[in-house]
Amino acid sequence: MKFESDPIVAEKITKMGKKVVADIFDGNAPAVSLPVRASSNVHYDKDKGLLYLGNSMSERNFLNFAHTRKFMQTMIIASKCKELIEKGKTASIRELYYELKHNIPGTKENTFEGQDESDPLIEDLETMTDSLREELHLKADSSGILFGQIVIEDTGDRIDCSKLGKSGLAIPSIVDDYKFLECDAKYVLVVETKAMVDRLVEEKYHIKNNAILIGLGGQAARGARRLIKLLNERLKLPVYVFTDGDPWGYYIYSVVKTGSMNLAHESKRLATPECRFLGMTMKDIDTFSLQKVTEQLKDVDKKRVNQLLNYEWFQKLHWRKELKSMLNKGARIEQQALASKSLEFVATEYLPGKIARKEFLD
Amino acid sequence: MTTIAERNAKDHKSISVAEFFERNKHLLGFENDQKSLLTCVREAVDNALDACEDARILPSIYLELKQLDPTHFKLIIEDNGPGIVKQNIPNIFAKLLYGSKFNLKQSRGQQGIGISASVLYSQLTTGKPTKIYSKIGDGNTHIYELNINIKKNEPDIISELTVDGDGHGTRIEMCIKGKYIRGKQSVEEYLMETAIMNPFASIVYINPEGKQFEYPRAIDTLPKAAEPIKPHPHGLELGILMRLMKHTPSKNLTAFFTTELSRVGRGNAVDICNRAGINPKTNPKRISRDDVEKLLNALNTAKIAKPPTDCLSPVDEDAIKKGLKKEMNPEFIAVMSRPPTVYKGYPFQIEVGIGYGGDLPAEGPISIMRFANKVPLLYQQSSCVIAKSVIKLGWKRYGLKQSNGSIPLGPVAVTVHMASVWVPYTSEGKEAIAAYPEIQKEVTLALQGAARKLGIYISKKRKSKEAEERLRAFDIYAGELCVALSDLTGVEAEKIQTSLKQVVADKVGDTSIVLHGKGMEIQTDDGDDGMPKTPVSEQKEQEENNNNTPPPTQQPHPTEQSTTANENPQSRLDIFNNDKTKKAPETEETSE
Repeated sequence: MKFESDPIVAEKITKMGKKVVADIFDGNAPAVSLPVRASSNVHYDKDKGLLYLGNSMSERNFLNFAHTRKFMQTMIIASKCKELIEKGKTASIRELYYELKHNIPGTKENTFEGQDESDPLIEDLETMTDSLREELHLKADSSGILFGQIVIEDTGDRIDCSKLGKSGLAIPSIVDDYKFLECDAKYVLVVETKAMVDRLVEEKYHIKNNAILIGLGGQAARGARRLIKLLNERLKLPVYVFTDGDPWGYYIYSVVKTGSMNLAHESKRLATPECRFLGMTMKDIDTFSLQKVTEQLKDVDKKRVNQLLNYEWFQKLHWRKELKSMLNKGARIEQQALASKSLEFVATEYLPGKIARKEFLD
Repeated sequence: MTTIAERNAKDHKSISVAEFFERNKHLLGFENDQKSLLTCVREAVDNALDACEDARILPSIYLELKQLDPTHFKLIIEDNGPGIVKQNIPNIFAKLLYGSKFNLKQSRGQQGIGISASVLYSQLTTGKPTKIYSKIGDGNTHIYELNINIKKNEPDIISELTVDGDGHGTRIEMCIKGKYIRGKQSVEEYLMETAIMNPFASIVYINPEGKQFEYPRAIDTLPKAAEPIKPHPHGLELGILMRLMKHTPSKNLTAFFTTELSRVGRGNAVDICNRAGINPKTNPKRISRDDVEKLLNALNTAKIAKPPTDCLSPVDEDAIKKGLKKEMNPEFIAVMSRPPTVYKGYPFQIEVGIGYGGDLPAEGPISIMRFANKVPLLYQQSSCVIAKSVIKLGWKRYGLKQSNGSIPLGPVAVTVHMASVWVPYTSEGKEAIAAYPEIQKEVTLALQGAARKLGIYISKKRKSKEAEERLRAFDIYAGELCVALSDLTGVEAEKIQTSLKQVVADKVGDTSIVLHGKGMEIQTDDGDDGMPKTPVSEQKEQEENNNNTPPPTQQPHPTEQSTTANENPQSRLDIFNNDKTKKAPETEETSE
């Protein structure tokens, strides 16, 4: 695969390597500077509704013992990315880990002991070279599934997503090259759990309601987030997010809407500020008489609620009310608790009713 | 017809020494075969060391255990002490509870009831007499074979012989029932610990397997002599006070208090009597028991200066260091001698030594060695104030691992020595020191003092190890880094690596300081870390000196014999007809 950005990104990586070599030949400590990716350097742009990375920079220095190993690893990853770009190949981040993992001669150590060592450095390299992961010819493991009234062209193949049975389209890491050939859908419904997607597909919700269903299976992966963004941007489709009524579900919504702290540098590409939150809300518990099927908040849940209350992008009055109400009730509500009414209730009454009444949280 | 009371009276009389021994043997250290063997060895060695130290002679001790049959042993011990005058020999060895101490004085002897208990044990378990050789430097050797007349508690002399013999010293041979073990609570452990806290002694030991152990002398000065002191009013107990009153030549209480007790002046004495409501002119021999109690109360609470503390005989820091070094060979030793102080009217002093690393086992709990008046305590560790204080100290801050309430882990040996004119034991077994607050406080302070030095050493060691690891890390990661950089830029990897090596060499000292902002300390030798410089070679030198030059002649024994014996302090007394390296000669066997 080739990208237009290839020569520029390759040049950026090479330039970084040359700078380090120059440091060494000049008798200086080899070092690179990179933006700080800690929460202290993540800010919220109220006007755009997006998270963004601030200007704080840090130095990674080979002669600082705490950085030595990371510095070496960063350079190994950089040189591998350059190679991938030149060869026109794309590797998953897990493949990259295995390709680079080897024993360091004369030691019992490996270059990488686990993928958790290489993944954050990939994100570092993205910010250092101001490139996207895909532009580095890397992709995350795919996660997320799509059903609905849309026809997509992918690498020359035509995919009618309304005819994928109960299997659906596995959303890949890279979706920028998708072409949307036909679209009858009126909106995109983003669903937290795959089990709920299965329920909606069995009820033919997407056919009956002319909707695109995207199942996240937990936290939203890059590919899914980028695809949601593209559907919203190119097809002007409204996006509704349907998660569990708990702090984790609400945070998934905020990631889709405003971006994540970890990838704050890519919010512009990945976040969909126009999306709306559909449920589950604390009000739903009373509206639909679900008091008997709530779950008790555990200590970790309460702690997470309080963290959300402190985030800049959760300061809208209705969200503060929602989170405080959750603490007051001491309860959370799962999507699938709606099955207590009946299996089809979610597809025939809950979702259509809420959308018709425009009962959203922004 | 005899009355019941008369019959009982007869029974009372017939309680023999043997019966007394049988009833109390658990208190005397003879409750089982294994401990009995150790007790006999301990009584003999402690006696020898006490005798030499009192006479200001550097002790040289020869000890041998011969296996006679699976459960019986012959114990042979020989010292270069002053010997015992002929007429005292039978009473010292063959009369239980002979001689009593009125003055308080720091000595090892407080540990047991004396060598005569071992003689009785030997007699009861083997039926054989104990053989004593003694030379006091008058050209004679007195040889006795003794039993105890159990009914009368009087010596029973089996044979008596005097032959020619130069020098001075004592040799004991006795046969005992026992069980020989190695490891914990063994004769070897006792001797090794004794050698640590008595580095001025030279001990040679041949075990029942014929293996020879040498515990060489590491220092050729004796500890300061212990001085006897009189009892101090604050530590007096009723029994002692009554005994003192009964034996005193004083005719009135004022004279009695000022002459028999420590630190009591005339004013104090009158004041004490007034507070007890008793006329100071009363004859101490004519005071009722009730009044003695009143006096005791007044004495115990009287405002009187603390007893003098210069009567103690500590081991001293340098000697403990040398003792630990020669027996355990740690890489680092920290010591702490506390100044003497007082509990309940008794002077005492705590000394701590801590060895770390070197030959000490890297795994497992640290070893705690407890000493009372230079004698190792091998039993009842958990109820002893020393072990309690060690556990309570909190060793994590000094760089050792320790889980709550248990013995810390690490390659560490801790010695804690309590020197006192009266060591308070938790029970009659005399194996654990009682936890008086004053003692616990001193033990803790001494441990802290030494542990602080240990902590500094461990942290320095860790830092220098970290610095080493850091240098190594630069080296190993540089290879990978330079290959990656070469791939990125096309510059030869070797070229980059050569330059990088130079950069690391030039900068690494600086960067570790600048980047960590703490100023890494890389192993400085401040000379006060408790570490003997060039420990091994120096040690050897010292030992050579010991051998080559005669140790300073000890003053209290200005006899010609003492000088000749001192010229070769390592050699055993020739008269006793033993060759250090060979088993005991036949002449002895036949003489039995």
